[in-house]
Amino acid sequence: MSSQSNRLTKGGHINRANPLTFSFDNKIYQGFEGDTLASALLANGVRLMGRSFKYHRARGVLTAGSEEPNALVELRQGARREPNTRATMIELFDGLAATSQNRFPSLSFDFMSVNQLFGRFLVAGFYYKTFMWPSSFWESFYEKIIRRSAGLGRAAVESDPDQYDHSHGHCDVLVVGAGPAGLAAALSAGRSGARVILVEENPWLGGALNLQNDRIDDMPATQWIEAVSKELNALENVRVMSRTVLFGYYDGNVMGALERVNDHVAPPYSDQPRQRLWTIRAKEIVIAAGAHERPIVFDNNDKPGVMLSSAVRTYVDRFGVAPGKTVAIITNNDDAYLTAFQLHAAGIEVPVIADARVNPGDLVEKARELGIRVETDCLPHEAQGYLGVTNLLLQRSDGSLIEKIACDCIAVSGGYSPNVHLVSQSGVRPVWDEKILGFIPDTPIRAERSAGACKGTYDLAGCLGEGHEAGLAAAKAAGIAVAKSAVAPQAGPQPQSSIVAVWRSPGKGKAFVDFQNDVTAADIDLAHREGMVSIEHSKRYTTLGMATDQGKTSNVNGLALLARARGEDIPTVGTTRYRPPYSPVAIGAFAGHERGVHFQPTRLTAMHRAHERLGAVFVEVGQWLRPRYYPINDKETMTQAIWREADMVRKTVGMCDVSTLGKIEVFGPDAAEFLNRLYINGFAKLPVGKARYGLMLREDGHVFDDGTTSRLAEDHYFMTTTTANAAGVLSHMDYCAQVVWPELDVAFCSATEQWCGVAVAGPRARDVLTAAFDGAIDMSNEVLAFMGVKEFTWNGATARIFRISFSGELAFEVNVPWGYGEAMWESIYAAGKDFDLIPYGTEALGVLRIEKGHVAGNELDGRTTAQDMGLGRMMSSKKPYIGLPLSQREGMADEMRPRLVGLKPVDTKNRLRGGAHLVDDKNNATHETSLGWVTSVGDSPAIGSWIGLAYLKDGPNRHGERIFAVYPLKDEVVEVEICDPVFFDAKGERLHG
Amino acid sequence: MHRIDCPWCGVRDESEFQYQGDATVSRPKFKASEEAFFRYAYVRENPRGWHTEWWHHVGGCRQWVKVVRNTLTHEIHVTGTPADKLAHPRKVKSP
Repeated sequence: MSSQSNRLTKGGHINRANPLTFSFDNKIYQGFEGDTLASALLANGVRLMGRSFKYHRARGVLTAGSEEPNALVELRQGARREPNTRATMIELFDGLAATSQNRFPSLSFDFMSVNQLFGRFLVAGFYYKTFMWPSSFWESFYEKIIRRSAGLGRAAVESDPDQYDHSHGHCDVLVVGAGPAGLAAALSAGRSGARVILVEENPWLGGALNLQNDRIDDMPATQWIEAVSKELNALENVRVMSRTVLFGYYDGNVMGALERVNDHVAPPYSDQPRQRLWTIRAKEIVIAAGAHERPIVFDNNDKPGVMLSSAVRTYVDRFGVAPGKTVAIITNNDDAYLTAFQLHAAGIEVPVIADARVNPGDLVEKARELGIRVETDCLPHEAQGYLGVTNLLLQRSDGSLIEKIACDCIAVSGGYSPNVHLVSQSGVRPVWDEKILGFIPDTPIRAERSAGACKGTYDLAGCLGEGHEAGLAAAKAAGIAVAKSAVAPQAGPQPQSSIVAVWRSPGKGKAFVDFQNDVTAADIDLAHREGMVSIEHSKRYTTLGMATDQGKTSNVNGLALLARARGEDIPTVGTTRYRPPYSPVAIGAFAGHERGVHFQPTRLTAMHRAHERLGAVFVEVGQWLRPRYYPINDKETMTQAIWREADMVRKTVGMCDVSTLGKIEVFGPDAAEFLNRLYINGFAKLPVGKARYGLMLREDGHVFDDGTTSRLAEDHYFMTTTTANAAGVLSHMDYCAQVVWPELDVAFCSATEQWCGVAVAGPRARDVLTAAFDGAIDMSNEVLAFMGVKEFTWNGATARIFRISFSGELAFEVNVPWGYGEAMWESIYAAGKDFDLIPYGTEALGVLRIEKGHVAGNELDGRTTAQDMGLGRMMSSKKPYIGLPLSQREGMADEMRPRLVGLKPVDTKNRLRGGAHLVDDKNNATHETSLGWVTSVGDSPAIGSWIGLAYLKDGPNRHGERIFAVYPLKDEVVEVEICDPVFFDAKGERLHG
Repeated sequence: MHRIDCPWCGVRDESEFQYQGDATVSRPKFKASEEAFFRYAYVRENPRGWHTEWWHHVGGCRQWVKVVRNTLTHEIHVTGTPADKLAHPRKVKSP
């Protein structure tokens, strides 16, 4: 076990009493509770944490926060392995296992780093240049190589074992970020009584507050944070959510947030989700998202050991870690001096502060008093070292070299970029502020306001004041009465820092702008020379800012370099618009619990268990599971089972679960008139106790749906729809009743899951049902003729029996209340034993209806008319109905449209296929010569061969002719004979048995 | 991420509703011309800004709700019943 050689002997907000063991690249290390993976690795002297995306250059940690572009690792193992996690955001836990990525065979020796030698082929736009020719090489060769050599970590192959939750939050004031401005805002809004949600990305509150040096309200920062935290937690109207990142600003002041519920502990998590996705609705939003420090662009500025000045300070202050033993500082503003002072106080050597400014101001004297050397008008020339920094070369702004400084860490400050991501997502275009050299938010469009560093206010007193005011203003705007006497937290004054622009320190080497996507200053110049003058083009061509870090550290440097190349100022070039997500969000979090079988509801009929007991094989029909067929043993194939079931229905009797049909009860004095206007055929004169087949059109004249509708009383109809269209028909009826004809006195509701139904079909159907219901209902022809409907009582429940037939056999459908379904099924099944009854599934049902030429879903495909189906005679001429006007159009009524026919293979050994196209000349089968298509097919026991239904141009006039069904997907051509779509019992005698 | 004020149920989440298109067209009487039905079935404006739409409260009371919504900003100005005549705001808010 390595010792924590770079751990300072004191300081830091870590729990030294609780050491934690972890591994990186299979080597065991120790850290402390309160560490991040990055701080713990630094404490152990590990600087090399990853390899870069394109050139495989050695990289160390650059930042101490969520903007980290370099230190991306694979976290955890097996099914929980997660690629591209930021070492700066991983809280250390005991047993944590991380591995470096994008390297082979090891981090310190990576074969692919030869890419650096081929760097001239990998410049901006290299995908578009190097791999363009020949185009056939793309899939077979280039893509594979690119994917292997670029790419970052490896995703887990197994399915994710963890749970992800979804939650909703509502508040008056949402405060983004718990730094000084955010805490002040949450306090002032919370004290006013507003419902406040304070969201903080880190596990701790305080943001960039310096724990050792900052003072607020005459308290050390740590004490103030504790007091504020205590007060906020005590307020019932305030909710503090740490470990939560707001990743998206959406319409209606909705924010998407990701809460890392259990990422800081070792899996598995006991009965808790790993992460929780929040949809937060806020009346008002206070954005206090802080600012990101940016690097200075100089040669080899990506060597491990080169870090942002603020990050160096954070590692010392919060984690008690020395990022190096000798830390050189380069800066163009005051901020890095604070780092120098903190390092000095911790006993870490600071050989130089290289300040680009000529006249930096008072802090220079303070530094020199401490014995720290300050060079002004001084820029970095180059960082040197193999796998990490060993030297820093300094130069004047004119390019003349000064000297080489030995150091193992370089703290860089190129100024701060206010975090305008969320504001930009809200639609506001950020505007350039020359004073701070950064983009700040423009006037808000939504109910939001910015405060603190994200608005370009960097001094502590200013942040606290702005946060306080923003909290009050937000509460007031949300309709809360706020006290005028409220006082902001106080901090001492700080001098305003000056800053000088250093967009590219002179040099000819690789100087990185975007570390995560390996974009150099030269790439931006090259893109510009090649015509990418718009920032949006430059971004896409160079991939600047397109990595998962969203250009947090690189965007401003990148567009400043483009502005320099264009010879224009930065406001003219403008900035790209940020889009969600601000931070990467795992797909699992978006999916939540809605995955696998829970992706959508599964609907089961009341008889489902009975089907399972009979060994049914199920098929998904929308959300429903329906029995497809019932194999009698392991050996019976699907084809055999379907054939047997269809055969037995015609010979003896079968039963089938038809509960999934849409069922709608229609009531009211105008129910008859209402149905008359919906269906193409008449329903007003349907006698009570009778059922009728009905067909509905859409307004455009095409067939919408069909089904059997019965009249149970003068003012009560019972409608059925196809399984697939049940919801659509009900919505259509809602529209007609509420919007089109509100004057009709009609009411209806879905009864699909109130009534379950069984169809009993075959010559013995009456015998079976008489036995099953023990004579409770007379089913004789005299009492219950074809299309008759009766209600009766069975086991104390109301049952309905319909003498309707989809199979063409003597058949009945019996409906009972849903809860009686299984009992009914069992009664009928038991009674059927004496009559050779078999259960049949959707496949046999399909064969039987094809034999009878009944249309179903395949024929009602939304493009067909009633005439196309051979049902034109149903269209009433005595009344208007939905779809009538447009069904009369020339093209809709054309006799030459493809119309319904039957097909039989000439050679009865051949099978037919749904989807095959029909042509006269088998050698000339094209889109243009197609005469129609096959809709439904089945292997018919009654006919003794495959049969099919098809739409064929002029079909009804071509019965008896032979044409070809072509199926290019399987290279099949079958000669078929055109026939009437009713293959079996054309006179319908069996119905009346 | 709308919240729609259903005249019968109050403010409800968008996920309970089904968007049902343009509410500015109304079905002609049966006696109307084929041209009138053609326009009703097929012809729609595609306005940038305020628009009156149908949102069907399928996951709630199943009533068709009239909604005046800005197609640019997604802002909802007012909701009502099918019988209500809903006015658009005078000034179009920019995004």
